[in-house]
Amino acid sequence: MNKYRFIGRSTPRKDALDIVTGKTKFAGDLSLPGMLYGKVLRSPLPHALVKSIDTTEAARLPGVKAVLTYQEVPDWMGGVPLHVRVLDHKVRFVGDPVALVAAETEDIGEEALRLIKVEYEPLPAVYDVEEALQPGAPRLYEQFPGNVLPRGIRVFGPHPLQELVTGDIERGVAEADFIVEGTCAYENIPNPLPPESPSVIAAWEGTDTLTVWPASQGPHMLKVTLQRWLGSINVRTIGSPVGGSYGSKYMTWQYVFPAAALAQKTGRPVKLCYSRAEHLAAFTVRLGSRLHGRVGLKKDGTVTFFSGDWLVNTGAFSEIAQGMVAVGCGEAQLAIRCANWDLRPQVVCTNRTPSGQVRGFGGQELKCALLPLLTMAMEKAGLDPVEFFKKNYVKPGDGYYWRDGNWWVSRGTDYAAAMEKGAATFGWREKWKGWLVPTSQDGERRRGVGVGVHGNADVGEDVSEAFVRLDPDGTATIHSGLAEHGTGQRSNICKMVAEILQIPLERVSVTACDSRINPFEFGPVGSRGTYAIGGAVIAAAEDAKRQLFELMAPHFGVQPEDLATEDGLVYVQGKTGPRLPWIKGMRYFGTCLGRGRFQPDFTLPNFMMIFTEVEVDTGTGKVDLIRVVGATDVGQIIDPLSLTNQLNGCLGSAGIDSALFEETVLDTRLGRIMNANMIDYKWRTFAELPAMEHVILETPLPSHRFHAVGVGEIAPSPGPSAVLMAVSNAIGVRLTDYPLTPDKILRALGKLPGAPGRGKR
Amino acid sequence: MIAGPFQARLGGTFVTPTPVEPSCPTVTLTVNGTTHSFILGEGSHEISPSHTLVDTLRERLGLTGTKISCDHGACGCCTVLMEGKAVLSCMLLTVECAGKEITTIEGLGDTVTGSVDPLQQSFIDHTAFQCGFCTPGVIMSAKALLNENPDPTREEVQAALSGNFCRCNSHYHVLDAVLAAAGGANK
Repeated sequence: MNKYRFIGRSTPRKDALDIVTGKTKFAGDLSLPGMLYGKVLRSPLPHALVKSIDTTEAARLPGVKAVLTYQEVPDWMGGVPLHVRVLDHKVRFVGDPVALVAAETEDIGEEALRLIKVEYEPLPAVYDVEEALQPGAPRLYEQFPGNVLPRGIRVFGPHPLQELVTGDIERGVAEADFIVEGTCAYENIPNPLPPESPSVIAAWEGTDTLTVWPASQGPHMLKVTLQRWLGSINVRTIGSPVGGSYGSKYMTWQYVFPAAALAQKTGRPVKLCYSRAEHLAAFTVRLGSRLHGRVGLKKDGTVTFFSGDWLVNTGAFSEIAQGMVAVGCGEAQLAIRCANWDLRPQVVCTNRTPSGQVRGFGGQELKCALLPLLTMAMEKAGLDPVEFFKKNYVKPGDGYYWRDGNWWVSRGTDYAAAMEKGAATFGWREKWKGWLVPTSQDGERRRGVGVGVHGNADVGEDVSEAFVRLDPDGTATIHSGLAEHGTGQRSNICKMVAEILQIPLERVSVTACDSRINPFEFGPVGSRGTYAIGGAVIAAAEDAKRQLFELMAPHFGVQPEDLATEDGLVYVQGKTGPRLPWIKGMRYFGTCLGRGRFQPDFTLPNFMMIFTEVEVDTGTGKVDLIRVVGATDVGQIIDPLSLTNQLNGCLGSAGIDSALFEETVLDTRLGRIMNANMIDYKWRTFAELPAMEHVILETPLPSHRFHAVGVGEIAPSPGPSAVLMAVSNAIGVRLTDYPLTPDKILRALGKLPGAPGRGKR
Repeated sequence: MIAGPFQARLGGTFVTPTPVEPSCPTVTLTVNGTTHSFILGEGSHEISPSHTLVDTLRERLGLTGTKISCDHGACGCCTVLMEGKAVLSCMLLTVECAGKEITTIEGLGDTVTGSVDPLQQSFIDHTAFQCGFCTPGVIMSAKALLNENPDPTREEVQAALSGNFCRCNSHYHVLDAVLAAAGGANK
């Protein structure tokens, strides 16, 4: 039985009315008086030196207010370590910015781009991660010999987890009953592709204050980052609702820098909105992940060792690839309990559109290659994968090295119960016929099932702060730098505060996402909204309530802790005496301001398992996703509809469908992306939905007052490997890379020439 | 004549400005019940013959509920109603819409009472959105379907919305919301 008034009950999103009536203003919907439009000239070559740029004609076009080249832009840099200039004398991928224009209209800006004359000196280019590592391969950056991004950088603290080397591999080899070696890859670099393209407005006040209205999943962190990178400048960010992000709009400097540079040059606000082609061909995609690995298993499913080279293709620059590697290495230990690891990642740059942050953050990229390797060993050992995961997924008391390089021990839940319930709901035992055996067959159509697992301990990552202000009229205002990016988190923190203060939800609101009025907020990433952001808000609300009761206690002649409040009236607990309104304590001229802060805690891994059933037409090679069952345990549901929405999100945004048809196709002769539009980049439509069901357990977790953790980020992550397993089982041939397009299926079945498996590029 | 406070005063006499018939070509369309005439041209307050309907709605009329996403007719985010049928406003030139009646997301519901359309209410009740960027287009496509077919099957709703890109995967809640609104309308 749900004991709460708001928590766990479906309530309309606070922003619902504005969303369904079109009033919600996304960054692209805003305009400022005197605003100019920014445009970016992009490189047609994958690797070249800019010999000369002639901007004379463009600058002369009426309506053009500024044209900037690498010689004039500020020397701001992004990336890890800092290596990406706003504009450079060298271009490293097709789509790399070459010049910036600010103009009175978008049309004039585009016309001006056509008038800029650039002379390039082409350089040889490299796209494959292993070719980029070869001696003599084209080098992208002078400072990165061998195209390898350095490890010795500060990300998530001074000693981030950059490899996983523990125990004794030789002992693991000796203990193994089965050893398997192989290569699996997840290199189709899908685009999370939110419907809202990267968009921003930048404006300067004087020369020392920059205000940015970004489409950003973490606007407060953007303020902190820009403040650091831009030097002695006051940066203010005002986040607006984000039209989808899925991680991709957390790091926004790629589009903020050009707008800020043009705004500085012209002294006017500049709006920059990427076109869809720019979004698909010049914005960050997933990391490419290739794993040469070796794994040992005992007959009982114990993993005795894992060793391997994890080759991470980050494209033309590292947005935060080393950080994603750190999280990936951490998450590997949650999926398999193993005493002996030797997993060595290398982050490598190549001449294609850069990779960046996408939900799954390194973990999904590694897992999509690691789990298929493990299944080869399970096959040899004759193990059922569900039983394997039940045995091997991290349990309370198990330890792991996390992204900060420190050893943490789980205080969480044993998720075996959720796995068991998920398997029963899916009908796993009836459908599972063994490795590489279809579940059923009907002429040329064969069905298969597969399962994948994922989890992170990032639900408690990083710092959140919040203030909760009580006003005498019985309302509460949350000061939080949280941007709404679709999960309903801004509404959910209102529910938490309403629950603590026992006031109607209508009486709780959140401040605008303005860095000038809010304390620090890292942002809703890593499924941290419920535990970390919620934790700060809960603490602030409790603090405010305590202050209120101190003010009210004298009116009752009791101690503050004897009081309770409901619907804006305070009373003595367990007594039928008077009920006095908040204003009695605060008077009309006072408020209570509670402060809350969440400190990082990596002891609570979350969990997601996905079961899939596919049908393969062995005549055409087409794969249909028939059914998906997700299984998780969230401790306590905050809002049922928002949760199912997030879990249903497992399909797109570079999730399950990246196993089936989603890919960014690179022409490796010219370095160009061939499907940079929404007809050639395939996405799932309303007409092709699989049956979808979720098993959601609520075993109270030791997180905060409501015993909940989030799972939104990880909802898609177990999906691709589950689909790979299901298709392999359906056709009886093991597949080792993605996406499973018809040509790949037919090749695997011997119906088309060429080797199956890896080697798309 | 008693002059009102806001009447222009010229040369000591009070006059009421009379509209001047524009000598340049214009395009007239009705949006959410209000008729607008635009002068065609390339000036900053004119409508270029190359302007798409979505440009006009967003930039001239401030109706930013209609979104631009792919800008080439693939994603449905810019869907509006023209004479009650769903059209892609990024694929229509404004001049092609002369004389037409356009409804945008802002024009749904009862403009007198301010109440939302039952379909919009159903989206609220089912939390049939996440980021909400594609939602106006999805609602307009669903509205067009219900105009033609007040009691669709689930498959018919799926087919009608198959041109609408939703990346958060709110599809399942959307289908529930549309079917509930259709059912509600029949009761």
